[in-house]
Amino acid sequence: MTSLKRTPLYDTHRRLGARMVEFGGYELPVQYTSIREEHRAVREAAGLFDVSHMGQIEFEGSAAIATADGLFSRNLAGLEPGRVQYGLLCNENGGVVDDITCYRVAERSAFWCVNAANIEKDHRWILDHAESSVGVRNASDETGLLALQGPASEAILSRLGSPKAAALHRFRFARMEVAGCPAFVSRTGYTGVDGFEIYLSSSDLAQLFEALLGEGAALGLRPAGLGARDTLRLEAALPLYGHELDDDTSPLAAGLERFLDLERGGFIGADAIARDRDAGLKSRLVGFALEERGVARAGCAVALAGKTIGRVTSGGPSPTLGKSIGLAYVPPEMAKPGSKFQVIVRDRALRARVVNTPFV
Amino acid sequence: MECTIPAELHYTSGDEWVLSGDDTITVGVTDFAQQQLGDIVYVELPTVGDPLAEGAAFGVIESVKAVSDLNAPVAGEVVAINEALIDHPEIINEECYGEGWIIKIKPSNREALDSLLSADSYRKSVSERNE
Repeated sequence: MTSLKRTPLYDTHRRLGARMVEFGGYELPVQYTSIREEHRAVREAAGLFDVSHMGQIEFEGSAAIATADGLFSRNLAGLEPGRVQYGLLCNENGGVVDDITCYRVAERSAFWCVNAANIEKDHRWILDHAESSVGVRNASDETGLLALQGPASEAILSRLGSPKAAALHRFRFARMEVAGCPAFVSRTGYTGVDGFEIYLSSSDLAQLFEALLGEGAALGLRPAGLGARDTLRLEAALPLYGHELDDDTSPLAAGLERFLDLERGGFIGADAIARDRDAGLKSRLVGFALEERGVARAGCAVALAGKTIGRVTSGGPSPTLGKSIGLAYVPPEMAKPGSKFQVIVRDRALRARVVNTPFV
Repeated sequence: MECTIPAELHYTSGDEWVLSGDDTITVGVTDFAQQQLGDIVYVELPTVGDPLAEGAAFGVIESVKAVSDLNAPVAGEVVAINEALIDHPEIINEECYGEGWIIKIKPSNREALDSLLSADSYRKSVSERNE
């Protein structure tokens, strides 16, 4: 058995009564009190997530930037300093190596935030495609990341003396001090709700975590775990690597066309993806809602007239909607909202209907 | 983690409690189980009259994050199900030992009840898993 990694906040989570689970090789809080309550806090006030398990890979110098540009599915060369973009790393077959956010720090400096389970894989992927390793650095271990998400987030950062944060537009970031800790503050998130992601030295994590909770409590801030992170991202229909995306899945099938700069091309996988597009897709990712009681989970078969036509990649109860929702790959002709199929849950066929996403 | 384990009940190693009545038993899940599951969103119940083999899955309990089988503590026949759970599965979180009962069984052999755990033994099993 391989031992699980812990973030510097492990003891803090335990003290707050968190229940810990494994995710991406890390031992992380799934919930502190209740997934539903934490979910509601993020939608109505704010939630604070320790997402330090996520990885950061830095690119310094023009050669390193060029390497990153050749792998990223969007136009990094055209990304202005202070801006963030969501995009993909694709393989030669047009599958997805990882989905990442790319931060342009300066003309000759950028970093990627990558999925925890893919840190080593991405780092190797970069080095395998770089002329030299100069300027490419895996900064994951010394970088901490907190996600402050929810409508009260801006007010909480302002109270902590970071008015600069409040001025950030969506998908912009800036260097600033938060509660005395030097940080990159980014107006981004993975919840479908307004909020910030705060990158800082992992040695400052505990100090900022406590400061945010202390200052934010009066505004309804509470610590939130991976459980709420997952229900929120599902309601927002945001993909999760390993579920909706993997090395063999086309980003087109996943509905991520807008994050692919196919006109410019030039990134690894662009040609294969363009071929897939011209050949027509075999499946599409759709959002569905169950029309009867039950819970659809990842791995459930999607069926029509007794035949398996697809599979559920993520599913669960939606705390906001009070019904079961999910994401599934189905044949393109079944992808229109209103299409009906069944989801097989423990040998029972439950009625489901394709709905528009985001769900909320 | 603090959890309630009433002394008058019997338990299974699968975190179910059993209340013995005159000729039926009432079965539910323990406080430890509902805490581990978290917010319960769905309970799949058997039909009254269903025969149950000892240890057989008679239903499923689902929380936001987890799915767990419900297993028959002893062999017998289902004589009642808690229909309130169909619309309000969260009752199990709120009151797992009372209103949150799940089914009543008529045991085919009452001696099988002797092999259930006492509150003390069950408490030991919980604290071992809590470490």
